[in-house]
Amino acid sequence: MTTQHIMVLAGGLSHEREVSLRSGSRLAQALRATGFDVTVRDADSQLLDWVAAHRPDAAVIALHGGRGENGSVQAVLEMTGVPFVGTESRQCRLAWDKPTAKVLLRRASHLTPDWVTLSHNAFRDFGAAGLISALGSRFAFPLVVKPYQGGSALGTVIVHEAGEMPGALVGSLAYGDVLLVERYVAGTEVAVSVIESDDGPIALPPVEIVPSGEFFDYEARYTAGMTTYHTPARLEPELMRAAADLALAAHSELGLRDVSRTDMIVTPSGEVHFLEVNVSPGLTETSMLPMSVTAADRTLGEIYDGLIGRAIGRGR
Amino acid sequence: MTGNSLDPYVAAYARRTTGMRASAIRALFAVASRPEVVSLAGGMPYLQSLPLKEIAAQVERLISDEGSVALQYGSGQGIEPLREQICEIMALEGIVAEPDDVVVTVGSQMALDLVTKIFCDPGDVILAEAPSYVGALSVFSAYQTEVVHVAMDDSGLIPEAVEEAIAGCAARGQRVKLLYTIPNFHNPAGVTLSAERRARIAEICRSAGIAVLEDNPYGLLGFDGATHRAIRADDADNVIYLGSFSKTFAPGLRIGWVLAPHAAREKLVLANEAATLNPPVFNQMMISRYLASFDWKSQIKAYRQTYAERRDAMLGALSTHMPDGTRWTVPQGGFYVWLTAPTGLDTSAMLPRAVTARVAYVPGTAFFTDGQGGSQMRLSFCFPTPDRIVEGVRRLGSVIDAEREVHATFGSGMGGPRAAGGIGGATPGVIAGVDAPSPNTA
Repeated sequence: MTTQHIMVLAGGLSHEREVSLRSGSRLAQALRATGFDVTVRDADSQLLDWVAAHRPDAAVIALHGGRGENGSVQAVLEMTGVPFVGTESRQCRLAWDKPTAKVLLRRASHLTPDWVTLSHNAFRDFGAAGLISALGSRFAFPLVVKPYQGGSALGTVIVHEAGEMPGALVGSLAYGDVLLVERYVAGTEVAVSVIESDDGPIALPPVEIVPSGEFFDYEARYTAGMTTYHTPARLEPELMRAAADLALAAHSELGLRDVSRTDMIVTPSGEVHFLEVNVSPGLTETSMLPMSVTAADRTLGEIYDGLIGRAIGRGR
Repeated sequence: MTGNSLDPYVAAYARRTTGMRASAIRALFAVASRPEVVSLAGGMPYLQSLPLKEIAAQVERLISDEGSVALQYGSGQGIEPLREQICEIMALEGIVAEPDDVVVTVGSQMALDLVTKIFCDPGDVILAEAPSYVGALSVFSAYQTEVVHVAMDDSGLIPEAVEEAIAGCAARGQRVKLLYTIPNFHNPAGVTLSAERRARIAEICRSAGIAVLEDNPYGLLGFDGATHRAIRADDADNVIYLGSFSKTFAPGLRIGWVLAPHAAREKLVLANEAATLNPPVFNQMMISRYLASFDWKSQIKAYRQTYAERRDAMLGALSTHMPDGTRWTVPQGGFYVWLTAPTGLDTSAMLPRAVTARVAYVPGTAFFTDGQGGSQMRLSFCFPTPDRIVEGVRRLGSVIDAEREVHATFGSGMGGPRAAGGIGGATPGVIAGVDAPSPNTA
């Protein structure tokens, strides 16, 4: 049997390029150890020519943010006919857009912190002061401001009082012209990864995240030692089940494929709130999917070996 | 049940690692290295104009003729022929020195490290320009010193501000060990210290018992071809001088030097040996052969012409594309323009917007340790071609326009960043943290 050639897409031009390069490098290492011939490639203007020339057996997307998660790269791969691990392009659009994903999960009767979606134009046309005041009245402080798309908590701020709002809004709008203002829900932050197998989607052990600072921001995510992770999470059995069920529901309701990671908050009263879902979960040394894989007594190479097999099987 | 912090050494690290963290701003520079992005961030010399084929032939001869020496351990002070040539280079700026007073180092960055190591204890103060070179600030931070920034204007460091800073430190009971200055074509400010001020500042420091650390990587890159007399040229006893081949030849070779008074030089050699045993012999011999065999002065002249064209491209584009209220310095040499954005804009917060628009710069806060520089940025013109510079500045102009529009929306509710004064700064006449790419590389 010939060695299968896998293209790992990493890098890209999103704000998360650095994280993606680290994810891609780690995934490539795991796949090579499993026996694949791996090429790590950037998603750039030479991609189509390269794919035409080399025809890899399958692709794995380790791109984060922007075109790596919004369906663009997936659409390109669909047109090339190269089987790939991950969600189809159209569903990526739903998951990538945080307000859309929240609507779909709420429609399926799941909890998610109350929110509004506002563009810069809305603040400009209706008056920033009035809107900020209205936001404070609706949600009370603290509240959360975040870009409506994007990951790694870039541009996300917990705002404690109205005076902090303009700075938070300007900072968040630097990542995109639309943002999400969300009710702050206090509780335990948990990430649950879902992997598909021949037996259907399974939820891996939940990861409980305890950042040393106020919240799980970029610094806390990617500086080893700044956050303590408990895998499996220190939750009562019924809450563990509820967390797993929410991740499986998000995977299903949003039409995701192969792999996803759902971020959620578990409140002291036992409510489980959906925050967002990732169609291309981080695979770095400090990322949660690899922690869950290890806690499940599996390896990253073994998991992706299975997912690559499924992708190639779909392509036949 | 204990969790996993993913770092078994959390409790074991030295206090000096406290600031060594991931940074969302620094991560953005990964995008700047892509060709789709016009990077006005990095300070990389334009090496394409080097005589690469001839250098390759020299390297081949070096290996075949002297390989057993070039590939062997060497002296902690550096090879003597190169130290002699370094003295000839420094003579161009009025310095009279003996090869024995020169210590060759792994780039002048290592010289910065060694000087700080032998002079500074934790808590000691280093005076540095406002703004200052990010790589130096990183070294000073690693040795747990406190940096006190001193104001500059179009003529460089302001002597009265130096005196005030020294008096302020004395009043607080702080011990000032060094004044760190980049007198020529400053990184990042682009300005040059006037001749009158050089003498005055040397005198102030001598009187106060503070050594001057003169860092001069750009001195031969004045666009009019003229060189400025080094501070060290007139004060051999109280000035420690740093030089580099990174901007005039090749940064990849990592060869710089430090010229110091005899007693300090002795300690620097020992510190150099402790850190690296010796600077790379092969690289030193390669540079020595280059200096001996090539018309390196003509090469530097070619560099000057290249960088002057790029400076002109940048200044022209800034005039065309920057909105009202934007100010910038006009460098007469070196690599950098220091730009102050219209009032209230925060250049760190704006960087994601710039990266989306495929242009990159270094936010001004990187060049301070005290939070100044929020509305400023460093623009490099050394590496991109003139047409790319023009395109990058055009994109930057659009980014600033868009950011201003957002600021206008939120109006007086915006507190605004902590602006530095100074050249192109908030306070006319005076240029008044560390979130930057690896120095000079992005």
